Amino acid sequence: MRALRTTAATLTAVLALAALGGAALAAGPIEGGGKQALNLPAILMFFAFVAATLGITYWAARRTRSAADFYAAGGGITAGQNGLAIAGDYMSAASFLGISGLVFASGFDGLIYSVGWLVGWPVILFLIAERLRNLGKYTFADVVSFRMEQTQIRSLSAIGTLTVVAFYLIAQMVGAGKLIELLFGLPYLYAVISVGALMIIYVAFGGMVATTWVQIIKACLLLGGATFMALMVLITFGFSPEALFQKAVETHPRGASIMAPGNLVSDPVSALSLGLALMFGTAGLPHILMRFFTVSDAKAARKSVFYATGFIGYFYILTFIIGFGAITFLMNDPSFYKVGADGAYNKVTALLGGTNMAAIHLSNAVGGSLFLGFISAVAFATILAVVAGLTLAGASAVSHDLYASVIAKGRVSEDREVRVSKITAVVIGIVAIVLGYIFENQNVAFMVGLAFAVAASCNFPVLLMSILWGGTTTRGVLFGGLLGLISSVSLVVLSPAVWVKTFGFASAPFPYDNPALFSMTIAFAGIWLFSKLDGSKRGAIDKAGFESQYVRSETGIGATKAVSH
Amino acid sequence: MEREALTKGDAVSTPSYDTIKKDPQFQELVTKRARFAWTLTLTMLVIYFGFIFVIAFAPGVLAIKIGTGVTTVGIPIGLGVIVSAFLLTGIYVRRANSEFDDITTNIVGRQK
Repeated sequence: MRALRTTAATLTAVLALAALGGAALAAGPIEGGGKQALNLPAILMFFAFVAATLGITYWAARRTRSAADFYAAGGGITAGQNGLAIAGDYMSAASFLGISGLVFASGFDGLIYSVGWLVGWPVILFLIAERLRNLGKYTFADVVSFRMEQTQIRSLSAIGTLTVVAFYLIAQMVGAGKLIELLFGLPYLYAVISVGALMIIYVAFGGMVATTWVQIIKACLLLGGATFMALMVLITFGFSPEALFQKAVETHPRGASIMAPGNLVSDPVSALSLGLALMFGTAGLPHILMRFFTVSDAKAARKSVFYATGFIGYFYILTFIIGFGAITFLMNDPSFYKVGADGAYNKVTALLGGTNMAAIHLSNAVGGSLFLGFISAVAFATILAVVAGLTLAGASAVSHDLYASVIAKGRVSEDREVRVSKITAVVIGIVAIVLGYIFENQNVAFMVGLAFAVAASCNFPVLLMSILWGGTTTRGVLFGGLLGLISSVSLVVLSPAVWVKTFGFASAPFPYDNPALFSMTIAFAGIWLFSKLDGSKRGAIDKAGFESQYVRSETGIGATKAVSH
Repeated sequence: MEREALTKGDAVSTPSYDTIKKDPQFQELVTKRARFAWTLTLTMLVIYFGFIFVIAFAPGVLAIKIGTGVTTVGIPIGLGVIVSAFLLTGIYVRRANSEFDDITTNIVGRQK
């Protein structure tokens, strides 16, 4: 048998969001000994999901004729559908298993993460969503480069997109491989290959239409499954939260301290930096920003954020109940634990498969093996949907920004551009499989944190400044964005999470796990400074272009319309 | 492609962009909406970072028990932050999709 203990420790981290705070390690790893025998109900339900999504992909492929269909589903997605799809894109296995596992291990602290991951949404709505819809077409680079020099700005945005996609994707692939290995008893490599192959099929054949519907189905399954679990927990306690908490405090080895903040957030600089990365990283994720182009107009874009915030907030409240439910249902039942020879076990760390499996075990406790199968299949579907969204964002950046604008300088047919996008999706899928295989035994925990840090420090500043400040110039965006990108990546590498925990050095040159406070400041200051210093002819054109951009961003006059079939 | 499409679009409507910018109703729209959006943004930032800083500096506050049970004030406050995010988006969308969109329709209508 393979030493699952080491390999599975990696997953943890991906799931435990450890990278984001560097402190979420309270939720222990998915450990060895947890590999299950072939789980038949789970596999059957998973195949049902795959069959349904492939059917949708076939239907979507027949409807996808133009570039607008491929990148933006022809702008024909309704606000409600898009709200669900955004939620589907955002509610990853990390938030489902990781947060409920964190609540299981340390109670209240889990809430700190859910809150951080939600509060970015209102800000996206107030400052970005409708302007994005009014100015852009397929990618957020359309918006940043609206009045700027196309080649440089699209190159920068594409690099920002691909960096975020690459790190996020590696973390998801490794996490998916480990999780599927544990839940389905499928070997790691097969798991990674099947995830890669499915995401290629969804994106290359079905484009945005298929990707959107995969997100919607997954969101419904996840919300439905989590609702059922939370309900079963609440029914047990007669819908009295106090009774639930009472029992949890009695059961949990940490007692009453699970009802208050522990030591997850201690020093103010880390707290602020983590908060900024969680909040504004969301606003710089390319696959999320792309979703705003799939609706018909600014009105629908706003509504979709409202719905998405509702779904995601509701989901986080459910994970909190599920985490506490897991404490009460699992901790007194040795069958969920690795029990020592003397019959004793650690109620937190000895959970089979690690604390991130708390939600999975709870599904077994409240709904039996059939429901366990359902939740396992949902966890797999969740990863699939997220990687499909990422792949589409990466493929669009390559075909729409790099190929069509930078390389072909706009002289390319729509058909050809879409073909390049499809080929890129295949390439990204294969690269993801290879990287997933290479990184199997590496600690990839920091990669989700890195993706958020780059999104908050490169994509978000260039987007916000080009939309809101008329003085922004091409040079300012280029230098400021690159500074944000380079500083966020290097500070993460020099941080304790990578320098010490991954490379094994004794101490880290940069003391904080999250660089956002510093790298975001560098990016914004860089954009401002280099724009101010920019006396070039191009700079004058950039500034002069702001007026019409401003009117269009505020009113939507001239904005891309939905394509009707 | 994209670039040509955008340039063409701009060229056609540049004159109207100019008149819109001078339209007093446009000025009213952007002033009102900017004030509203930034107020809500600030509210969200204060709520969230307030929560984070209480956790960092005075975690004891959130450990205060409600009544005689084990439930602490931290629970409703934490859930309250989640609910506040949803309510703030609702407040924005409600006003933007009625009042602001009505003004926008008026402005755009005058251009035709």
